[in-house]
Amino acid sequence: MKKFSSLLHNLILTPSRNTKIKLLQDYFKILDINRAYALAILSDQLSFQFIKASKLRELVYEQVDQHLFDYSYDYVGDLAETISLIWPTNKEGKSQNLSTLIENIKKIKKSEINIEFSKVLSELSNNERWTLIKICTGGLRIGVSERLVKTALADLYNKSVNEIEEIWHGLEFPYENLFQWLKNETSKPKIDFKKLFHPMMLANPIDEEKDFKRLDANEFQAEYKWDGIRVQLMVSSNSVSLYSRTGDNISSAFPEIIETTKGDAVIDGELLVGGNFKPSGFNDLQQRLNRKKASKDLQKKFPVFIRAYDILFYKEKDLRKLSLVERRKYLEKFQNENTTNQIDLSAIINFSTWGELTKYKNNFYDDLNEGVMIKLKNSEYLPGRKKGYWYKWKKNPKLVDAILMYAQRGHGKRSSYYSDFTFGVWKENELVPIGKAYSGYTDKELLVLDKFIRNNTTNKFGPVREVKKEIILEVAFDDVFPSTRHKSGVAMRFPRIHRIRWDKPINEVLSIKEFKKEFKID
Amino acid sequence: MDFINHQLFIKDINVHIDPILPKKTAIITHGHADHARFGHDHVIATRQTIEIMKIRYGDKCAKKFTSLRYGQKYSIKSFDFTLYPAGHILGSAQVLIEKNNHRLVITGDYKVGKDETCKNFKLVKCDTLITEATFGLPIFQHPDPKDEIQKLIRSVKINKNNCHIVGAYALGKAQRVMNLLRQQKYNETIYIHGSLEKLCQYYSKEKINIGKFEKVSSKDKSFYEGKIIIAPPSALKDRWSRRFPNPIICMASGWMTVKQRAKQQGIELPLIISDHSDWNELLDTIKKSKAKNILITHGQEDALVYYCKKQNLVSKPLSIQGRSDEEIE
Repeated sequence: MKKFSSLLHNLILTPSRNTKIKLLQDYFKILDINRAYALAILSDQLSFQFIKASKLRELVYEQVDQHLFDYSYDYVGDLAETISLIWPTNKEGKSQNLSTLIENIKKIKKSEINIEFSKVLSELSNNERWTLIKICTGGLRIGVSERLVKTALADLYNKSVNEIEEIWHGLEFPYENLFQWLKNETSKPKIDFKKLFHPMMLANPIDEEKDFKRLDANEFQAEYKWDGIRVQLMVSSNSVSLYSRTGDNISSAFPEIIETTKGDAVIDGELLVGGNFKPSGFNDLQQRLNRKKASKDLQKKFPVFIRAYDILFYKEKDLRKLSLVERRKYLEKFQNENTTNQIDLSAIINFSTWGELTKYKNNFYDDLNEGVMIKLKNSEYLPGRKKGYWYKWKKNPKLVDAILMYAQRGHGKRSSYYSDFTFGVWKENELVPIGKAYSGYTDKELLVLDKFIRNNTTNKFGPVREVKKEIILEVAFDDVFPSTRHKSGVAMRFPRIHRIRWDKPINEVLSIKEFKKEFKID
Repeated sequence: MDFINHQLFIKDINVHIDPILPKKTAIITHGHADHARFGHDHVIATRQTIEIMKIRYGDKCAKKFTSLRYGQKYSIKSFDFTLYPAGHILGSAQVLIEKNNHRLVITGDYKVGKDETCKNFKLVKCDTLITEATFGLPIFQHPDPKDEIQKLIRSVKINKNNCHIVGAYALGKAQRVMNLLRQQKYNETIYIHGSLEKLCQYYSKEKINIGKFEKVSSKDKSFYEGKIIIAPPSALKDRWSRRFPNPIICMASGWMTVKQRAKQQGIELPLIISDHSDWNELLDTIKKSKAKNILITHGQEDALVYYCKKQNLVSKPLSIQGRSDEEIE
């Protein structure tokens, strides 16, 4: 545990990619079972059923005064770090094996979690405790991607990282077959590719100035970019399953798709809510997300369908090395054979110049798509965000000027800065908040805002500071919906700070009435 | 205690403690720039604080100087002033003010832990305590500085082709790091940024063991492989640091407790070495001072105010202008 926690400590503090790779490789040179645990943790595949963030808070409140914890958490901005530092006992010395520690924690009964897990936390040093809590809460955020871990392993054993990538989703803890193959003791693990989640092909944002000059419009095709959730649908004669972009099996939440789809293929598409293949917006989709099951009622009220973009396998055929145009033929074939009404195909937009495409990007269907995708006609299906094949071209965001009202310290790399901003518009002579944003500004703007907030606080509510109503933020957002949960009656999708409007006086900001009218909210 | 206001100003006799702007009479707790400023008429401080001010701002940085020994009483009208060691840096002092049998202590910046570079903190009992709160959160529990300096020494041994640049405030922290290295038997020459030279010379003259040091000069890059260089934090990001071979950026500060802070500042080897009291030391000092009235100045005052109120102590934050949290030496 000591060794692994100092690995994480060093990884988080090392800016250099090469040093990170070297640190990982030094660790993976150990030959015992601990490296399998490390690999599982670094690729976010290990978690404890009963110990999540809320449980950890409960445990720390048993140890320290709640207010003192909250002040500290507000300051640090990272739950794992706050708990590890504030925990009253620190024991350096008897360090446990990473594998033993994890197996012991797994054995703890649910009814004894509070006592037993607290005991575990008390027997660790600060850094080990930080590591363990990071493991519990998942998502290490230490600046090491899964890809980097794979790269480190590949380089260490002279393999190509793509080879690891290909079999990755078919591997299971403790990865014996992987390590044996890496050391050339066995051949590459045999994986039944068709049953496996395949990392999706992703697009890079287009650089309008550079890319359109450089790229030949004739070599590309375009489709609308739909604002749902990206899914992979695996259909075979005996089973159908649906995976999210991150490879989570989400079949049980969408039974209507699972029950009705027939055929033999692996499909890449967008899951959308709406009847008769008319998407009704992200707000409706949200009613179906993050649910384990969907009642008949919900299925009726918020019907879902898949808009298919691509096909990876057709029957026994691996299509991934074919061109997009070739794959499209197979996709159409699959669609013709699949008689249900849960899947339709993403339409292909015909255009001959980039200028022509602009009108599709901005106007089509008004709000229901996010822009267009531009795909190289002869692109293979490649996992990850490879450059030069697929591009996304988003609509211009909606913009509104709003007044900065409250601020809070940020988390993670923005901790210590006042970087979470609540902004509002007028309602008669008062301001009413319409949203909260914690991105979009430049580093310089953040410093200016942070300083303004420290010097112009008029009131404090716990960690939240109310500030003088002087700063106007131009907020960009993807969409806005009516909401009963917010005082203003509106909820924004993905608001971010576009710029600071130094030039505009605060009385020129819209009223909530005008805001609703402008963005068509009843 | 009504005789002193939230700016640490005693109106009756026109005396300020650590004022930011030039004043008639200023009692200075220590030589850091957020406490000791240029241009007062009359400065009252320890001999070392006065000498440090003269090094930093020139001999004429005040019209008149009165130097006090620790424990020596100095009276202005009905007010009696006594300076006691604060254990923060060389020459640092707490100020005891006695008036009509009321004892008020301004701690200034202080630390309770042992430090060979200055006289160690002395606890002064009082009725009103004005304490600092730089590290006034329970997450701050400073480790043994010897273990921290060992981390540096180990890293130097392992990474023979790198040089280690340690960010440390020019006054106090830099010399403490040097002294801690000497305590741990690191006997090599320590290289310093030019801005540290005069203060290091002064510490040596005051018989503080900081060992052999030399100003960084334009030598061959490879010369500094395996060496320790000490520089003010501002120089770490400067072009200055690019002249060194594969530098590992270190920082000696209490803020290094929080990994996210270290990361934000691009610090690869954080050394938790602080010249301020940690949470437990703050609480302990409040308790042992027997003061019933606690005023809390710059830093993370919210948690400390909350704690004192829970102990039935009268407690308020005292916001002194010109000092915001996290910019304190």
